[in-house]
Amino acid sequence: MPVASQAATALKAKFPSATDRASSDHAACNVPLAEVPAVLQFLRDEQGFDHLADLTAIDWAEGASPRFTVVYNLYATARGEYIRVAADCTNDLEPAAPTVTHLWPGANWHERECFDMFGITFEGHPDLRRILMWDGYPYHPLRKEFPLAGIETVLPDAEIAEVTKTPVIAAPMAGGPFVASPGEINMADAEPSAKDQSWNERKPKTD
Amino acid sequence: MATELNIPDTAAKAAEAAPDRMSLSMGPSHPSTHGVLRLQMELDGEILTKCDPVVGYLHRGDEKIAENMTYNQFVPYTDRLDYLAPLANNMAYAIAVEKLAGLEVPARCQAIRVITAEMARISSHLMGLGAFGLDVGAWTVLVHSLNQREHLYKLFEELTGARFTTSYTRIGGVSRDIPDGWLDRVGGFCDQFLPALEEILSLLTRNKIFLDRTVGVGVITKEDALAYGITGPNLRGSGIALDLRKDKPYSGYEQYEFDVPVGSKGDSYDRYLVRGEEMRQSVRIIRQVIAKFPGGDWYAKDARKIFAPPKDKILTSMEELIQNFMLVTEGPQMPAGEVYFEAENPKGILGFYVVSKGGGVPWRLKIRSPSFCNLSILPKICTGILISDVVTLLGSLDFVMGECDR
Repeated sequence: MPVASQAATALKAKFPSATDRASSDHAACNVPLAEVPAVLQFLRDEQGFDHLADLTAIDWAEGASPRFTVVYNLYATARGEYIRVAADCTNDLEPAAPTVTHLWPGANWHERECFDMFGITFEGHPDLRRILMWDGYPYHPLRKEFPLAGIETVLPDAEIAEVTKTPVIAAPMAGGPFVASPGEINMADAEPSAKDQSWNERKPKTD
Repeated sequence: MATELNIPDTAAKAAEAAPDRMSLSMGPSHPSTHGVLRLQMELDGEILTKCDPVVGYLHRGDEKIAENMTYNQFVPYTDRLDYLAPLANNMAYAIAVEKLAGLEVPARCQAIRVITAEMARISSHLMGLGAFGLDVGAWTVLVHSLNQREHLYKLFEELTGARFTTSYTRIGGVSRDIPDGWLDRVGGFCDQFLPALEEILSLLTRNKIFLDRTVGVGVITKEDALAYGITGPNLRGSGIALDLRKDKPYSGYEQYEFDVPVGSKGDSYDRYLVRGEEMRQSVRIIRQVIAKFPGGDWYAKDARKIFAPPKDKILTSMEELIQNFMLVTEGPQMPAGEVYFEAENPKGILGFYVVSKGGGVPWRLKIRSPSFCNLSILPKICTGILISDVVTLLGSLDFVMGECDR
């Protein structure tokens, strides 16, 4: 159910393409991706939302279109009010979004994290590198197709792995949270919430 | 014959780019980086010309894990965010999910949560202060503050069964009521803590060495602090009185009187002073909670689909047994929707953005961690300062890598 607020009304008056977004707490708006920097600048300069509280993305899983949504949570420090702005990425295979680092330098690390976890490219970002995973890591772990148990990967420094012959299995959760001896049981058997049993960490998903 | 490894690391690349500068990697295992932060620095003599923080060494994929388990199962993982104040994390997470569920918890539960969160704040600031002192060579501060923290941990253990990883809250309540006489012992702690705190602070506040190393060092301006999303004592040290306990009260904070200390210059010394005063204010809040401690339930009784029924009922009544079985196997059932809730934690503002499609498992759970945002300003404020000042600056920022890396 949409939540009404003066700022959201002003936003919709200024940007006719903005629509209400269902929310359980604060006012929220959907805007087209290309308008995000303009919308956020309007909210910051004219509506007092001076604090970029959070920037993140949602993956609606493979097959969904639009697949990725970028979400901005803003906070107005002077009057204690939140607003949420969400924008769907137009390209499902190579998602991209405009950067907002010129508005808030603090968005830098948030966007790097988003790129690292979801593979969303932020156009115009000054230094778009991985931040939590290591440079050269091949996957984007918060995408829904990435298994909880992880995927076998070699050491970050390929040269060391070659010399020491030690590929590293990045699978801290193998076996699932209910299992004391990890690795012996399928994720799907161990974890009741893993409803989709057509694939697991031992039997990768086939396209 | 020794094998020569040719490892292309960032340090070598930086050295190639600027041959007259020294490239130095501080961390991830360095006593002054308080965990596993690594700073890739470029030095001109002793002056930093560039600083690139490398985070992620403690990344455990908490957000991925959260998408794969029920809401209550994730509570122990919140302990391991800011592991110096687990009770405050527990509370922030529980309130976020309760907002999603549209659930109100009773006054007694709110009071218990406030008291534990403020105790967690004191314990976190004590550790921050002690480590900060240690960074500038004041060993005694750490000894005294750990001594005080030990009293708090004994109280935590009595309440939750664990000293460190408390996992105390549940969606819709807390895991158990307070033990008999516990409030008196908390009051007793407060009585002896205030004089002890003055003694601890007096070791630093007018200490010539401490002043020389912190005053005017690592200044964060108001504008920078806001632009980089700095929160908590670090933001208030820069002179912005943003405290969600005052501005967006949750869990009944509006009933309690307390002041929000702010700094004037935004240097390391101001951040130290703010933390010191916040502990006094926390004691003030705790005393008010104890004075008007409400009776009644300590969990939401109407939350039949969310909170586990009492154990004796589970063992004797079919209805409650079925209910408990459903809770354990399917998880507490949440409506579809999305919420963003922020709480004023000791390190700054901890936010949870929960997206639910209904059912017992969140579709997406984003953790907005204060330490992550607070550290993102390092490249900006570290440029042009002395390498020895980096150590005091890190100490004054008081971050936790468990929370930064998630």
